[in-house]
Amino acid sequence: MELFNYTKPINLMGMSRKFGILSIVMVLLSWGLLMTKGFNYGIDFAGGTLIQVKYEGDAPISKIREDLKQNPLYKNANVTYFGSNTEVVIRIKSSPTAVNKDIGAEVSGLLKDTGKLEIRRVDIVGASIGAEFRNKGLMAMMLAIIGILLYVSVRFEWRFAVASVLALVHDVSIAIGAIILFNVEVNLDILAALLTLLGYSLNDTIIVFDRIREGIRGIKNPNLTGIINESVTRTLSRTVLTSLTTFFVVFTLDFFGGEIIHGFSFTLLVGVIVGTYSSIFVASPILLWLGFDVKGFRLKEAEKLKREKEKDKMRAQYEQGTL
Amino acid sequence: MLSRLNYRVVLFAFAFIFGVVFSIPTLTNSDSGKKITLGLDLQGGLHMLLGIKTEEAVVSHIKSIAGTVKYVLDDNDAVVDNLHIDNETNEVRFNALDSDEYEKIKKWLTEDLKGVVIVRNDSEFSIAITPEEAERTKKNAISQAVDTIRNRLDQFGLAEPTVAKQGDDKILVEVPGIKTKEDEKRIKELIARAAHLQMMAVDEDRAARVMTMSAAEAKKYRDVILPDVKTKEKYLLREIPILDGSMLTDAKAVFDKNNQPIITFTLNGEGAKIFGDFSGEAYKTRARMAIVLDNKVYSAPHINERIGGGRGQISGNFTVNETRDVAIALRSGALLAPVYVEEQRSVGPSLGADSIAASKFALMLGFVMVFMFMVFYYGYAGVIADVALIANLFLILAIMSLFGATLTLPGMAGIVLTVGMAVDANVIITERIRELLREGKSVAKAIEDGYSNAFTAIWDANVTTLISAVVLYAYGTGPVKGFALTMSIGILASMLTAILGTHGIYEMLLPKINKNKLARWFGIKV
Repeated sequence: MELFNYTKPINLMGMSRKFGILSIVMVLLSWGLLMTKGFNYGIDFAGGTLIQVKYEGDAPISKIREDLKQNPLYKNANVTYFGSNTEVVIRIKSSPTAVNKDIGAEVSGLLKDTGKLEIRRVDIVGASIGAEFRNKGLMAMMLAIIGILLYVSVRFEWRFAVASVLALVHDVSIAIGAIILFNVEVNLDILAALLTLLGYSLNDTIIVFDRIREGIRGIKNPNLTGIINESVTRTLSRTVLTSLTTFFVVFTLDFFGGEIIHGFSFTLLVGVIVGTYSSIFVASPILLWLGFDVKGFRLKEAEKLKREKEKDKMRAQYEQGTL
Repeated sequence: MLSRLNYRVVLFAFAFIFGVVFSIPTLTNSDSGKKITLGLDLQGGLHMLLGIKTEEAVVSHIKSIAGTVKYVLDDNDAVVDNLHIDNETNEVRFNALDSDEYEKIKKWLTEDLKGVVIVRNDSEFSIAITPEEAERTKKNAISQAVDTIRNRLDQFGLAEPTVAKQGDDKILVEVPGIKTKEDEKRIKELIARAAHLQMMAVDEDRAARVMTMSAAEAKKYRDVILPDVKTKEKYLLREIPILDGSMLTDAKAVFDKNNQPIITFTLNGEGAKIFGDFSGEAYKTRARMAIVLDNKVYSAPHINERIGGGRGQISGNFTVNETRDVAIALRSGALLAPVYVEEQRSVGPSLGADSIAASKFALMLGFVMVFMFMVFYYGYAGVIADVALIANLFLILAIMSLFGATLTLPGMAGIVLTVGMAVDANVIITERIRELLREGKSVAKAIEDGYSNAFTAIWDANVTTLISAVVLYAYGTGPVKGFALTMSIGILASMLTAILGTHGIYEMLLPKINKNKLARWFGIKV
């Protein structure tokens, strides 16, 4: 089956102004959300205690809230359904430090009149550890971006590196915007998803850039816009297909993987879509705007080739003993 | 066909067989062979990151120095007054009453105490520990706590608990496979228990007033007030203990003659001597001696005779399990400093099982969808990619099994994601081959060039993904590390299966690829 059959370049760069504006608006909106609403930090980063309770039937959420008030520790507890009507999570802001404190038993005791229940999970994260996780997460993000920047600079050229990192910032910003907009609780797994997204979105960009690099060397017309248009069009089929297969798996994960993994897969789902879009409509136009001197590059390449040829010639002569 | 065997396909076949063979123990869950360990989030269990109050170790070190000072002075019949611990400066202080003894006292103490500075100001002596000694005590408290907790969990009879120092001052405790809430509670109690055993003299002169005395007043008399473990009774005890649990050699859970569960303990030679000397004095006035465990008085019997042999017992409102756990804690030694929870994650076994079921289902479904899509879209080329994908999966499982790696819930997600990314390589390659075929190149040329054209893109893409996976592994904790691990292994394995392996298969099948049946082979009409 063929969905894409390359006949002539699509003028994708011609649409870049419209998409550029769209991207800038989305990124700015995301930053705005980040600054005004901010992350809904889960206990991993904010510290606190989380108790997951499963009931045999439907969980009587208002009675749970009521009964928890018997103990001052749970007075301001936040109780929400978790994945289904039979499961709830109880969140409190404090994190008891006594090793032998049995939160599970305490909650079971408080909720003994709410039905037959099972404490399935108790997570406690102290505030200082939460802060440590936050710092480490930020550090990881920075390091990954720096590492990628360095690698792309070495393998390609600085303009490619700048364009790919800007595309990364674009993707992560929008993913963050979506996380905040949909009120996804930010825990360690979201950090993992964002870092995966870094890798994934770059993956897409690099494959497009690889084609552009090839095009710069091989396509006859030295017009950068033309080269980029042709290269991006040629990779379009791959970009869309791979995104589709990745989308399949992330989607099934999101849909069937259970509530615990939901935030993770949601972030990736957004990431796959944004990453695909950005490799076509963000990274490549930025490269165009940064301006790449195709002629100069080709001259340099040609000179390099000439030098090598001369060297080879000299070596050959030397080996034949004519020099 | 055999004549078309090439190094690529041989390597691929080898990798495939390797993958299948070494993932068998994990897949069949057999007892022998190396298997993947399930993370605590999948099999259930208790994960704790403990902090430790090392300053408290310094305080108790001072206390034990005070005990030694008292013993040394008594042993030499030195005439001193006002022996106490200054809580502000963490110093042991006393006044020597006989000026002729000043130098001798200093000499006795110097012989018996290490890592301290003894200062005499006229008749007043003050003993402080050196900063190096304080630092050493803190460090020691951490490593001792790691050893002690490990010891206790081992003796409790748990399968493979992990106790390790993490960072400079934290302790990681991981206990997989806890079956019941009751067990979890006991394990936590066992970890938390200071197991600080002390024998303390009752201040008989003022004991009658204990119920009305304030802590501050008691402090003035160099006493402390400690509660009884089961009744509301309080005891007025001399602040400096006679001896403590560091001189204990053994502790056992037994039954007394009334068939009540109790704990008996044995002291070492030094402890036995101190105990003997004390009881030798105390029996004359029928004074009492309190057995104190973790600042609670378990009993305070009158001393009726000199007690040699260094044996004692702790009786209280114990259940059988409690005596067993307390005896374990005493045998493993006291925690020099108390530990507290920095992070704790406790997952019940049923939740872990649910998570496995859900992600297994998602994994399978995602797999089947990608599989069908590849065949549907690319024809036989898709089948070849799928074969590589299966090999990739087996390889991930095999490598993880061999390293005994831990599979976590995000780790399973990592495998799902790798499936998506591994086929990417084949999509890129097949698209390149299609392009060349459309340009009218021969099948052999199209395959050869298709692979070489696609290679740099796949390589660069994989390296950058690997960069973020490595960073994630370095900075992640627990489950997230598991995710980074499976993804890294998946990417590396895909280089072997998706690039090398499929290339080899094409080379081998080349004579069979009919130029007129490209629709069947690559899904295109030319």
